[in-house]
Amino acid sequence: MKIHEFQAKALFKQYEVPVPNGGVAKDAGEAVRTAESLAKFPVVVKAQIHAGGRGKGGGVKVSKTLDEVKENAAAIIGMNLVTHQTGPEGKTVKQVLVEEGLEIKKELYLSLIIDRDTANIMVIASEAGGMEIEEVAASTPEKIIKVQINPLLGIQPYHSRQAAFGLNLPAAAIKPFTRMLNQLYRLFVDYDCSLVEINPLVLTADDAVIALDAKMDFDDNALFRHKEIVEEYRDIDEEDPLEVEASKYNLNYINMDGNVGNMVNGAGLAMAVMDTIKLAGAEPANFLDVGGGATAEMVENGFRIILSDEKVKGILINIFGGILRCDILAQGVVAAAKNMDIKVPVVVRMEGTNVEEGRKILEDSGMKLFTAVDMKDAGKQVARIVC
Amino acid sequence: MSIFVNSDTKLVVQGITGKEGQFHTRQCILYGTNVVAGVTPGKGGNDMDGVPIFNSVKQAVKKTGANCSMIFVPPPFAADAIMESADAGVELIVAITEGIPVLDMARVKHVLNQSGSRLIGPNCPGIITPGEAKVGIMPGPIHKPGGPIGVVSRSGTLTYEVVYQLTREGLGQTTCIGIGGDPINGTNFIDCLSAFEKDPDTKGVVMVGEIGGNAEENAADYIKANLSKPVVGFVAGITAPPGRRMGHAGAIISGSSGTAGAKIEKLRSCGVTVCENLGDIGKVCAEVFGE
Repeated sequence: MKIHEFQAKALFKQYEVPVPNGGVAKDAGEAVRTAESLAKFPVVVKAQIHAGGRGKGGGVKVSKTLDEVKENAAAIIGMNLVTHQTGPEGKTVKQVLVEEGLEIKKELYLSLIIDRDTANIMVIASEAGGMEIEEVAASTPEKIIKVQINPLLGIQPYHSRQAAFGLNLPAAAIKPFTRMLNQLYRLFVDYDCSLVEINPLVLTADDAVIALDAKMDFDDNALFRHKEIVEEYRDIDEEDPLEVEASKYNLNYINMDGNVGNMVNGAGLAMAVMDTIKLAGAEPANFLDVGGGATAEMVENGFRIILSDEKVKGILINIFGGILRCDILAQGVVAAAKNMDIKVPVVVRMEGTNVEEGRKILEDSGMKLFTAVDMKDAGKQVARIVC
Repeated sequence: MSIFVNSDTKLVVQGITGKEGQFHTRQCILYGTNVVAGVTPGKGGNDMDGVPIFNSVKQAVKKTGANCSMIFVPPPFAADAIMESADAGVELIVAITEGIPVLDMARVKHVLNQSGSRLIGPNCPGIITPGEAKVGIMPGPIHKPGGPIGVVSRSGTLTYEVVYQLTREGLGQTTCIGIGGDPINGTNFIDCLSAFEKDPDTKGVVMVGEIGGNAEENAADYIKANLSKPVVGFVAGITAPPGRRMGHAGAIISGSSGTAGAKIEKLRSCGVTVCENLGDIGKVCAEVFGE
């Protein structure tokens, strides 16, 4: 789960990680009041959306007077912000973060992630801040410091020193930095984060280290033990409406651009089915994994979500019965079909546990279905329908 | 021959009294797996279809000599269940549970590194040596005993599809392993490839990968350097958008790394025959392994 910059900074503050003074505003008036309380200029107005690249897209503005704050906040709130991470359709900005401007001596990069290969928590730091870390890694890999921390051991002073001296920080900044990194590690572990990223982390003219930006992602698998984070910080407006609907039923659904709706059990097979649709010459409208242990009700809800997607011109259902038995799948499809008007052709391919029972339920239902003999055939049939 | 499980496997099921645990324990017994014990804390002394239930894995191992465990414990308690098995000295731990917090698995991984146990999974369908033992949730009848093909995969149902096509082409399997779709897992591709290389009955390997991480790339390098047997590869997720978690916690393209395209290219450059269309994988295997 992603959260906004201002929310991540609120958590940083709780953990005594230094952030610029400021506050969030939903309209220009509120932005001006926040700027007034800061009592100094310049003031930075930053669009709050779940995507990076906001500055380049015109979502971050520096203001030297209250009038400019008002003007910039009014321009940014309500704008459709397009960045390399939002996709061409962009995102509507609903709130801004109004912050004091800092006198910056140097921009650094700092992040914490879980390293899949070593199962360690890894600190990544770089003197080349303010840039995409991937670009830095590609062009100047020597500028990237990686510190591996065994999660059973936790962060030790030598870990922090490795990062601090690697960043060539001035003597006065070493202690504040190591303290900050310790606190970030605690934050990362306490909330089961998958990413904490500060880009840029700035060294100010008076040698303070301050998180100018803040990005946090949480491990979805661990949200059950952080219900307060979900309640307080989840922003449903940042999510696709069909995806929100699907999440209510514990379905793994991702909305895409094509017109072939598809429903599959198992994530790997669902991806492979999307690929098959593409290789047959069409484009998938979604990713939908109803899961290995799906019930007839989950299948019904999944099918309903695909049917409610207006861009869908044909549907492919591919189920390989394992935990999810074919008869359960068939019951769900028939139940959904009874309650909805199915206007698009549906191709079904089933194999595995209880496949005969499943086929019989579909045959007896009187639904108009195209039956495919195997995956390739299923892809071809559905591509023929939509192309 | 086979790898990791065979007719000597003595299975203890952790979480045997839950809905999934009961159902799949029965399926494993039906297939012929020697299920010797179950564990559900607080239900020790009872039995499930004649399988004795114990309060702890240690007791179960002591009384029955179980050498393999299969875990159906819900995500909040699954890491504990894995470590309990390792502590009891169980040689092979197969964790089916999906949705274990990544940080829990990071800790478990370090605990396992210091133990003699091998973990398969989590978030996996398990492992089967057709005709000998099924330790998992895969449908038994699609498999064909006797080899000569080994299968290793990050996915569940995708593996069933591959196995189904192999069997349809008359290609039996030595052992099929699902290593799981989580970012941190126990046994990886390389462990399985190395075991298949040493298994005299395995003549070729099918490796099924997906987007996210660099396990396929690492495996490709290993194959080039160490494998004498032919490998057919498949990578799911050519159409997956970047930055989105595709069902599996580990299936996510981060920035420009972990794409299906890069994995396919790397596998090909290391001598793996990559099949791009899943519908063709049976045919491709018949061609490669039939030679």
